[in-house]
Parts: sequence; structure tokens; C-alpha cells
Amino acid sequence: MLSWLPENVSTYGADIDSLFTLIYYITGIAFLLAEGLLLLFLLLYRRRQGHGATYVAGDRLGELAWVLVPCALVLALDLWIDARGAETWAKVKGSAPPADVRVRVVGKQFNWEVFYPGPDGVWDTADDRRLENELHVPVGKVVEVLLESQDVIHSFFLPHLRLKQDAVPGRKIPAWFVATKPGRYEIPCAELCGFGHSGMKGWLTVHTSEEYSAWVQRQWATFPHAPATAPAVPRLARTQDATQTKERDSSDSSLFLERRRRERG
Amino acid sequence: MSDAVQAKVAEVVPHVHEEPSFWRRYVFSTDHKVIAKQYLTLGLLWALAGGLMAYMMRWQLAWPETPVPLFRWVPEPFMYDGAMGPEFYNALVTLHGTIMVFFVAMPVLLAAFGNFLIPLMVGAQDMAFPRLNMLSVWVFALASLVLFVSFFVPGGAASAGWTGYPPLSARVEYTGVGWGLNLWLLALALEFASFLMGGINFLTTAINLRAPGLSMFRLPLFVWMQMIAAVLFMLSVGPLIAGAIMLLMDRLLGTTFYLPAGGGDPLLWQHLFWFFGHPEVYVILLPGLGIVLEIIAVFSRKPVFAYRGIIYATIIAGILSFIVWAHHQFISGIDPRLAMPFSVTTILISVPFAFVIFAMIATLWKGSIHLTTPMLFALGTLANFILGGVTGIFNGSAPVDIYIHDTYFVVAHFHYTLFSITVLGGFAGLYYWFPKMFGRLLHETLGKVHFWLTIVFFNSAFIPMHFVGVGGMMRRIANPLQYEFLQPLQPLNVWITVSVILLLLSQIPFVVNFVWSLVAGVQAERNPWRANTLEWSAPSPPPHGNFETVPVVYRGPYEYSLPGSVQDWLPQDCEASPRAAAARA
Ligand code: HEM
Ligand SMILES: [Cu+2]
Ligand SMILES: [Cu+2]
Repeated sequence: MLSWLPENVSTYGADIDSLFTLIYYITGIAFLLAEGLLLLFLLLYRRRQGHGATYVAGDRLGELAWVLVPCALVLALDLWIDARGAETWAKVKGSAPPADVRVRVVGKQFNWEVFYPGPDGVWDTADDRRLENELHVPVGKVVEVLLESQDVIHSFFLPHLRLKQDAVPGRKIPAWFVATKPGRYEIPCAELCGFGHSGMKGWLTVHTSEEYSAWVQRQWATFPHAPATAPAVPRLARTQDATQTKERDSSDSSLFLERRRRERG
Repeated sequence: MSDAVQAKVAEVVPHVHEEPSFWRRYVFSTDHKVIAKQYLTLGLLWALAGGLMAYMMRWQLAWPETPVPLFRWVPEPFMYDGAMGPEFYNALVTLHGTIMVFFVAMPVLLAAFGNFLIPLMVGAQDMAFPRLNMLSVWVFALASLVLFVSFFVPGGAASAGWTGYPPLSARVEYTGVGWGLNLWLLALALEFASFLMGGINFLTTAINLRAPGLSMFRLPLFVWMQMIAAVLFMLSVGPLIAGAIMLLMDRLLGTTFYLPAGGGDPLLWQHLFWFFGHPEVYVILLPGLGIVLEIIAVFSRKPVFAYRGIIYATIIAGILSFIVWAHHQFISGIDPRLAMPFSVTTILISVPFAFVIFAMIATLWKGSIHLTTPMLFALGTLANFILGGVTGIFNGSAPVDIYIHDTYFVVAHFHYTLFSITVLGGFAGLYYWFPKMFGRLLHETLGKVHFWLTIVFFNSAFIPMHFVGVGGMMRRIANPLQYEFLQPLQPLNVWITVSVILLLLSQIPFVVNFVWSLVAGVQAERNPWRANTLEWSAPSPPPHGNFETVPVVYRGPYEYSLPGSVQDWLPQDCEASPRAAAARA
């Protein structure tokens, strides 16, 4: 079963996978034991002529021990899983390491809008940049993603990085990751968010550090000092960068127009 | 008989027996047995609808946007010559979940079996409040009607998932669904009202109408499970009703309880929903476990292992179920420090349930196991439920849930619990009590064919669903082919769909068996399975008023294979010593 996991390309992904593996083996063995015993009893105690059942009510401690001891074992295994879980959770969701790259990702029906603070590293300044469904990061660096939503709840899912975090309107929720391998990875939305939920996805591009520098150069060289909120810029940015932008971008048409357009098409 | 006993008998006995008209008898009946059958009928009809929806969804997932065979007749804008768009898929997911949980599992496991069995098992003539009982089934019928109508209103049916998370569900413009979602909420509200009435009846009947001699710790475990379920439901549903009213107000009156723009908070709903939602899954689970326990004892010819232990363990699990709800919200934006406490309580719940499962297995130990159809289904429930139990540990572990939350791993997990309990457990109960309900036996061979086909295709459909989930496939997506990383999983999706189609076809032997046995099955005697509990002391089927004389109870429900006894069962109301009992039989 574990072989179905997509390749892991994040630092803490390995911790999550190893916890997954631990639980897989613990519960797997417990499962096989329980089913094995069930099957064994069915074979051993099938009704046979002249062999009645033995009256065992299981109300005395001596008998109950047969159930209580396995339960104690379950408890011990549970605590083990909890302890390992707490450790991993602290690592993934506890205090995040200091960020090297900061981005804001805003979910909206049905796109991920990705904002970069630009070279000055400060939000809401002229060099901020907005991309649609495109997230570019360098390999091996701590990326902080601040998640927001414009309308309904979306969920920012990076299967290859074992990262999932809901984006909730009215909140700014931080998430972080360190990618370990360059490549392009999908960013599906994992929370039902309307008719375009299926297919709502972006792309994460993990660059080598040289590639990333080059990408940054290109970005901020092509559009010097354009305000992120100015309507003209996102459009340009979209044609330039968001090569993978879906045709079903509803950012500037009402949902109903969108719906009708799709129905005709 | 002691005076106290006689007084109690006198209290129960006066009951007017007159021949009621057809309407009073089958439609507006206050007889708990008729009401049980009404719930059963509605539940089975909804199960057909929910099953067909599952088929349509599965077809779409295997072969997206191709015409679904048998459904070309569905008009636009739902389907386009049999092919569906994402709106319709979302409505199907939502309604399938809603129907299966609230209109199949609840009416069949709780209402049908609870109504039929509680008065019989406690030796009463009827429920404590027969008219309230009739009201409950009619409110449920109204809920069913409202839900049915919600498919046909402009804008289509609710499509925000069975969990109805706002803001998606709170504003028409987010889904395009108007009255469909309002009616969905209304149907749920009516359903809750119906089951609150039912729960009051169940508790009052089980506590106040017990036959003389039937102490609480002589009650069959099925009755205990129903009582605990009723309490869990009553204690958990209040917050959700409040939440649903706020949601309706957001939709209709423009309030902003769940909308941050107006100072509201979407997470409020999630807390209210899951504070109800987790106990709710036990509300479904417990009656199913009760059915399985009754059957396993009878067909192992042994007492249930650790009768009292099971009751205590279930109560502990019930209490714990109120402090685990945020395991549905690990990544919803709650304070991350909250996750681990909820993760720990969630995983700890496995201990009381492990107790119940181990006690079930221990009941088989040294038994004399008779693999009848009901026993096969009961064992199938147990065997498959265990897998749903262990996969719950993955979900309950907060870090692992980061990855598997909202994937098909979760879908596979909750179908292993819900399908096992609802479908396999429900069939176990139906095969077992059918003779008591309808006075005829179901055909055993057809039943066994039905069992094996169901088990094989259920597992062949749902085991691979875990793999699809581990591969990362999200739930509630209408078209997996839109994602590159899901392409390698598509053969599995096709396999699952083919298995589901076969699983659905495997229900044909049951339908044939049910209809045929109803009219032409072998007449059932009073106690065809040689069981101890009181319902088997009444005629099959029991007349209005149930028992010829008020039963008096002398012992617990599971005195099978008592040493020194000639026969291996000893009914609860059999006064005599084991030897004399043999003579009576
Ligand atoms: C014939 C057997 C069944 C099949 C093939 C089936 C299949 C499915 C499928 C394909 C989904 C949707 C997955 C998605 O797109 O997210 C689903 C969701 C669901 N099913 Fe079933 N199901 C079956 C029986 C049941 C039963 C018996 C129950 C409960 C008693 C149940 C409860 C649910 C629930 C609660 C959902 C979630 C709905 C949501 O996401 O809003 N299902 N099922
Ligand atoms: Cu989405
Ligand atoms: Cu839960």
C-alpha cells in the first residue's frame, strides 16, 4: 500500500511518511492477528455433532484477562503512536523555521493567486507581484506560505510535499515547506469549493538556486515597479507566467456568466 | 407472582383490541411493528436511491464525462444526454452522503430495528408513547418528501457536501444552488425532530416498560446499544440544530454568522457540525454492533463474552466521542496546539472499541458456531468493521492526517465502518429477524449467495480505494483525469467502478429472496433460531399487543449451553430449571 505514496520531495515529508509506515505496521499486525483469530475460531469451533459449546460468560477476572490484556496492549501501542505523532506534529506545525522566501497564496473560486513581496521583501509595495496558479521556489530553502481565501474554504494541497492546509476566508494561516528536489508539482485544491473545485489546481515549480535567481531576474526585470493591485499587471503577469493557467479562470467574470459560457462550450 | 409484579402486569395489560381499518392498520398505525416496517420501507427505498447515486458517481470517476448507462433520460441541466457536469457530481456526492447517513442508516438501524425490537425485547405491548411514535415516522416521511423535492427545484439539489461547510453553503452565489440547499437543511431539521421523538420513546420504553423481572442488566445488549445511541443523539444534536438555524438565517435573512465579511466565522459551523458528527457516527454504529452481538451469541450457542464489560466500554466510548470532534479539523485553521489533544483522545477511543471487538471474538471461542446467513452477515460486519477501525488510527494521527485528510483514504475508511455497519449489519439483522417480522423464513441458500457476492465485491471495490487515497486522490472531485499526478491511479478507479457495479448487481438475490419469501417463504415458528430473548416468545409475527400473556423474566438474555442443561438455550421467560425447560420445549 505504501508504494502508492507519491514521491516525497519535502524535508518533513519523510517524517510524516515514517509515521505513516509505523502506523501501517502496527495496525497491520493488529489487524492480521484479530482477523486470524476470528478465522481460527470459525474453523476450530464450527458446529459438530455431539460437541456443544462451553459456557463461558467472561464475567470473572480470570476470563476477562483474555480481553483486558490485549486492550492494555492496544493502549500501549496507541500511546506510542501518540508520542511519535506529537513529535512529528511539533516539527511540522510547531514553530516554523525562519523563512527564506515568503509568499501569500489566496484561494478563490477557482484559482490560486500567488503573491510575492518582491525584492524589497515588504508587502503592499510597488514591487509586489501576482501570479495565477504558479508558485516558484528555490530548492532547499524555507518557504513560508500565508494562506487566505477570498470567498469559500479551499485547501492548499501539495501531495508531493505532504502539505495540506485549508485556506479560510477571514483568516491568514501560515504554512511552510522546504522542497528537496527541483521539478514541477501540482497544487490541487482539496476542499470542495464549488462547481469548479474539480480541476482547481496550480503548479509549484521548484528551481535549483541558479534557476531561481534567473527566474527572479526575469520577473522583476520585465515588470519594474508595477503595483500588485493595478488591474493591468495581473493580466500581463498571467500571460507571461501562468502558462498553465486554466481556461476556467473566473476571476473577472461572475460565476453565472462563467457557468453559461461553460455550458455553451 | 409477587404483588409488585402483579401490579406491574395490571398496569400494562389493559389494552383495547379492536379490528382497525386498513388505514389505521398499515398507514396511520400506532403499532410499533408497523411503524418499524414503515421506517424499513422508506430506508430501503432511499438505499436504492443512494446506491444508484454511488453508481453514477463511480461511473463518472472511471470514465469522466461519458454517458452513464441507464441514465440518459435525466434532463438538462443535470445531465447532458447521460453525461454529467461537475455541478451534478457535487449534488450527487452531497445527497449520497446525506441519504446514506440520515435516510438509510438511521431509519433502518435505529428506527426500524429499534422500533420493532425494543418493545418486544423488554416484553412490552408497544412503545411508551405510541402516538408520538406515529408522529415520528410521519415527520420522517415529511423529511423524505422535502429531500426528494429538493432535487427538482430550480438551481438543483444541495451541492456543498454532506457536511455543508459555509461559506460555500451560506450564500447562493457560491454554488448557484438556491432552494435545493434550503430544503436540504429543512429535511435534516425534520429528520432530527423525528429521531428525537424516537429516542425519547426508546429510552422511556426500555426504562419504564420492562417486563417483571427484567432488570437493566438482564436487557439484551441490542437494547443497551439503542439506549446509549439515543442518549448520544440527544446530547449532540442540539448544537447542530442551532448551527443549522444560523446557516438558514445566513442564507435567507442575510445574517453573517459564518461569513467573515460580516464578522462571522466559517469554523464555527465546523465545530458545531462535528460536535454532533462524531457522536452521530456512533449513533449509527451502536445499534449495528447490538445486532451483531445478538446474532453472534445465538449462533455460537454461548453467552456474549463480558456482557457488562461491553456496556461499560460502550458508555466510555460514548463519553469520549464528545471530545474528539476536532479530529475532522486538524488542518482547518484551528490553533495547531489544539490538534494533539484531540489526536490523543481520538486514538484512545480505540481502547473501548477494541474491548468490544475482542469480546465478540472471544464469544466465538469454544462455541458451537452455526454459519447461517444472519451469522455470516454478522461475522462479515465484524471482519470488515475491524479494517475501518484500524484505518481510523491513521486519520486520528494528526500528522498523517495532514496528508490523507480529504483524500480517498478517508472515503475508504468511513465506508469500511459505515458500509459494514449499515449494509452488512443491516442485512444480518434483516435475515435474523425477518421470520419474526413477517412470519416467514428467508431462503438460506439465496441468502448465502447474496452474502458471498456482497463481501467479495465490497472488498474488491473498497480495498483499492485506500491505495487511490494513499496516491493522493482528493475526495469530492468530479474528474480525476484533470490532474497529472492522478493519471497512474486511473486503472484502479476503473477497477473500483467495475466492482461497485457488480456489488450493486449482487443485491438482486436479496431483492428476489425478500419478495419471494414474503409471499411464499416457509412459515416461521415462534423461535426458529432457538434464541433466548423475549421477542422469540411472541408469535411470529407478533399480533397487535405482542404477547399472549405478559412475560416474566427469570434470567439474563444469553444463557446458552448452560452446564447441566439438556437443551442449549434457556429463554429469559422460562420459569423452570434447565431440565424442566427441556420438557417444556
Ligand atoms: C454501494 C455502496 C457504496 C458506494 C459504491 C459508495 C460510493 C461513494 C462514493 C463514490 C462517494 C463519493 C466520493 C467523493 O467523490 O468524495 C461516497 C461518499 C460518501 N458515502 Fe458512500 N458509497 C456506498 C455506500 C455508502 C453507505 C452505506 C454509506 C453510509 C451509511 C455511505 C456514506 C457516504 C458518505 C457520508 C459520503 C461522503 C459524502 C460527502 O463527501 O459529502 N456510502 N460514497
Ligand atoms: Cu476546491
Ligand atoms: Cu469523528
